[in-house]
Amino acid sequence: MGLLTTGLVAQDAGGGFDPLLPGLIVLLPFLGFVANGILALVAGTRGAARVRAGNEASETADNTKRTLTQTLPTWIGPGVMLAAFILTLLNFVGLLGVELTEPVIRSYWTWMATGTLTVEAALQLDQLSLIMMMVVTGVGFLIHVFSVGYMKEDPGYARYFAYLNLFVFFMLTLVMGANFPMMFVGWEGVGLCSYLLIGFWFQDREKADAGKKAFIVNRIGDFGLLMAMFMLFALFGTLDYVAIFEAAPEVMAYGGFAATAIALFLLLGAIGKSAQVPLYVWLPDAMAGPTPVSALIHAATMVTAGVYLVARASVLFALAPVGAAAVATVGAVTALFAATIALQQYDIKKVLAYSTVSQLGFMFMAVGVGAYAAGVFHLMTHAFFKALLFLGAGAVIHSMHHALHATHKDWDAQDMRNMGGLRRFMPVTWITMWAATLAIAGVWPFAGFFSKDEIIWFVGTSAPASALYVVLWAMAIATALLTAFYMTRLMVMTFHGSNRTGEGERGHLHEAPLSMTVPLGILAVLSVVGGWVNVPGSIRESIFGGFGLLPMSDWLDRWMEPVTASAQAIRLEQMGAYASTAPVGGGHVVWGAIATGLALAVVLVGARLVASREIRPATESEAPATGIRGLLYNKWYVDEFYDRFIVKPVVGLSRFCWRWIDQVLIDGTVNAVGTVSRGLGWFGSLFQTGQINTYAFIVTLGALALLGVLIF
Amino acid sequence: MVDILFFVFAATAVGGALGVVLQKNPVSSLLFMVGTLASLAGLFVLMEAHFLAAIQVIVYAGAIMVLFLFVIMLLNLGHDYRDDLKTGLGMFTAFAAAGALAGVLVSQLRGVEETPLAQHFPGPDALDQLLAEQGIIGAIAHPLFTDYVVAFELVGILLLVALVGAIVIAKRRV
Amino acid sequence: MLAEALVLSAILFVIGTTGVLIRRNAIIMFLCVELQLNAVNLSFVALSQYIGIEGQVFVFFIMTVAAAEAAVGLAIIISIFRHYETVNVDNFNLLKW
Repeated sequence: MGLLTTGLVAQDAGGGFDPLLPGLIVLLPFLGFVANGILALVAGTRGAARVRAGNEASETADNTKRTLTQTLPTWIGPGVMLAAFILTLLNFVGLLGVELTEPVIRSYWTWMATGTLTVEAALQLDQLSLIMMMVVTGVGFLIHVFSVGYMKEDPGYARYFAYLNLFVFFMLTLVMGANFPMMFVGWEGVGLCSYLLIGFWFQDREKADAGKKAFIVNRIGDFGLLMAMFMLFALFGTLDYVAIFEAAPEVMAYGGFAATAIALFLLLGAIGKSAQVPLYVWLPDAMAGPTPVSALIHAATMVTAGVYLVARASVLFALAPVGAAAVATVGAVTALFAATIALQQYDIKKVLAYSTVSQLGFMFMAVGVGAYAAGVFHLMTHAFFKALLFLGAGAVIHSMHHALHATHKDWDAQDMRNMGGLRRFMPVTWITMWAATLAIAGVWPFAGFFSKDEIIWFVGTSAPASALYVVLWAMAIATALLTAFYMTRLMVMTFHGSNRTGEGERGHLHEAPLSMTVPLGILAVLSVVGGWVNVPGSIRESIFGGFGLLPMSDWLDRWMEPVTASAQAIRLEQMGAYASTAPVGGGHVVWGAIATGLALAVVLVGARLVASREIRPATESEAPATGIRGLLYNKWYVDEFYDRFIVKPVVGLSRFCWRWIDQVLIDGTVNAVGTVSRGLGWFGSLFQTGQINTYAFIVTLGALALLGVLIF
Repeated sequence: MVDILFFVFAATAVGGALGVVLQKNPVSSLLFMVGTLASLAGLFVLMEAHFLAAIQVIVYAGAIMVLFLFVIMLLNLGHDYRDDLKTGLGMFTAFAAAGALAGVLVSQLRGVEETPLAQHFPGPDALDQLLAEQGIIGAIAHPLFTDYVVAFELVGILLLVALVGAIVIAKRRV
Repeated sequence: MLAEALVLSAILFVIGTTGVLIRRNAIIMFLCVELQLNAVNLSFVALSQYIGIEGQVFVFFIMTVAAAEAAVGLAIIISIFRHYETVNVDNFNLLKW
């Protein structure tokens, strides 16, 4: 590593760690955005010219003759991601085996210096940001490659890659920023890209509206984040991570008002970005965007920003036990709530969206009970298997869309009731998605088993602190079982049973191209082994670790230690150590056995249950409207509730402000001023007769007045 | 003698002025105006402004009034014009304003000789002496061609401009 | 005699003003303005007897200006008459937009 960096970067003391061109990692996606953006502008101008010329080029016509605007993004988009990933990997390898207790900060220029506030455009590299960077660039690269296959027939191909690269740029800014404002830039930037990509097919009113919904709901969270930043600046006089987290234990009292308020405001920000109850409603709608976008932004990276925020500000949350408990509670409620909705959805992407919300709830639970490493661990494994699930769903939709398009059938390509039996047509997708399903269900030895059950374990062991955690623990277990069930339902409805697509369409179903299946394969492997990086010793030595034979370690726990050490110290000092056994007794191995056994049982029973029921295509079946199934199908009517009690009143208030305050009061005042002026002008113009006599008379009066003033 | 002449001239001047204002026939008005100007010339003589009295008769009563008369004749306006005088409210307001103005001016000017400022006037004797030394022409010409020579030249130019302007404005459009 | 002359001047001035206010014939209005000018001339001459010869010099200038004014003013009236076929000022309202 030293050999590589010599001469490239100035040496500085970083505990032996020497970051390799961190600025370039951020810059590369941005350059990709600029290049693709220019291509998109060119393509847009040409497309507009074609439309004006009258021969609207069809998708198939474009295939035969590929222009530069279609070939270049294929290389630029994934190319910059690969370069960024390699650079990140080099940095990652460089940090391995180095005892880094203080983050390495690279300051590039002073962004703003106003009064007492100085904000540097600085990047921070430590264990947490490197893990996030690995996920963002690694999974991001795979999804970029997948997108090449998925989006290549879209007229907005270059624009798509421009947005995607811009998103990665902002996401890297978010996780690498060395202070709150830098993170906020990334935070808002990814929100913007999310908006742009959800509404990517903006000609469709519904999709454009979904983008707006995401953007607006996120504003509520951003308000919280801004408030937290203001309070932090008021208390600490700086917004740098290092300075704040070092000073926090002295400046803020444990459980005091300031700490609690800041933690709760930060939580509000995290709730908005990570789609937790009650602000989760935008994420299911966000599925209007292209499926790889759902995989990258709304499953693997952006929505985990809230988890990252809590983990990053772990010291602040450790100082505010109420805030931390709120984080865990929000997470548990969200996890269970979203999982129930996922049970009755028929849109394959909606199921995955609610599943994502639910899994994010798990991460919140973890960081809420102080298991930061477990939270980040689940973030990482979730990025693998949920990205895989989304990409698999993307491949299925791609295939379905082709089949339905070939015969001009106006069925919904995303409705699982129209699928069935796809395993014969798409074996690679089928197998890889089963790997992800078993991973999310928590079956040994897939990644989810290690990450999710670790979270449940930590929530359970928090029970001695408060009865609240017993409830949360029960909710977590229930969610885990529901997860296993709805994912099995998804798999069975999509891939098993008889095919329901239709006779004519069946022949057009096909496996996805290589650019899509290769990322699926890689992610499938990661979904299996991704969990092996954080396995407690007792598990490793048991049958679950192959009695020490499988290449497992508790590496991630140790890796994250420097980042969360101060937070853990505060927790230990204030709360004391928790029990090392789960509430009902038993150690890691017993719980592992129960968990994987239950998960497997649910998968098997669920598969039989779903398979035994007769499923008919969407057009022939009617939506469940009554009972618990109707309630779940309609998502607990939360959107309707928000519409009735928040949107409508706000609209009404706005209408009132428009009709009465704006139109009557303000416009009235302005108009009245105008009318009075007109009136005065009219009155004045009465003296302007154009008759010399009148003017002479007025001059005489003026002379009289002047004389009067002079004399009296 | 001087006082009697003053009041005689004053009476004819005011009477002429009223004739100017109240006569409906423009030519009559104009002739009353000539009378007023002649009376004023007489007053100028009484006030030892002999040169100005002569100018008044020659330039004003002679040239300018003839110009007016010429224009009236040119435009064929030498007959009674019924609508010329305003009536009713217009007349009333005009008289009210004029009456107020007259009241103010007369009340202020009546006692002008008793004002402190008037005590510092050199008085008629100084002018008598000056006239005895230089004669009226010399007395006026001296300041006119020394202190006010620039204004004098400018007035010459003004007259030239007015001459050209009058011709340009009044001539028929070609 | 100063006060009497000034009072006479004021009376003539006011009569001229009244003429301007009540007459409609543009030429007569103009004539009344000349009357006002002469009233002022009278006060200048009256004061020059007590203050100095400059008053008479001023009257000289005023007469010159009055001559120029009469020439231009009458030219304007002729011009207007050509356009409107009247000198009744009620018919002229170009000063109003």
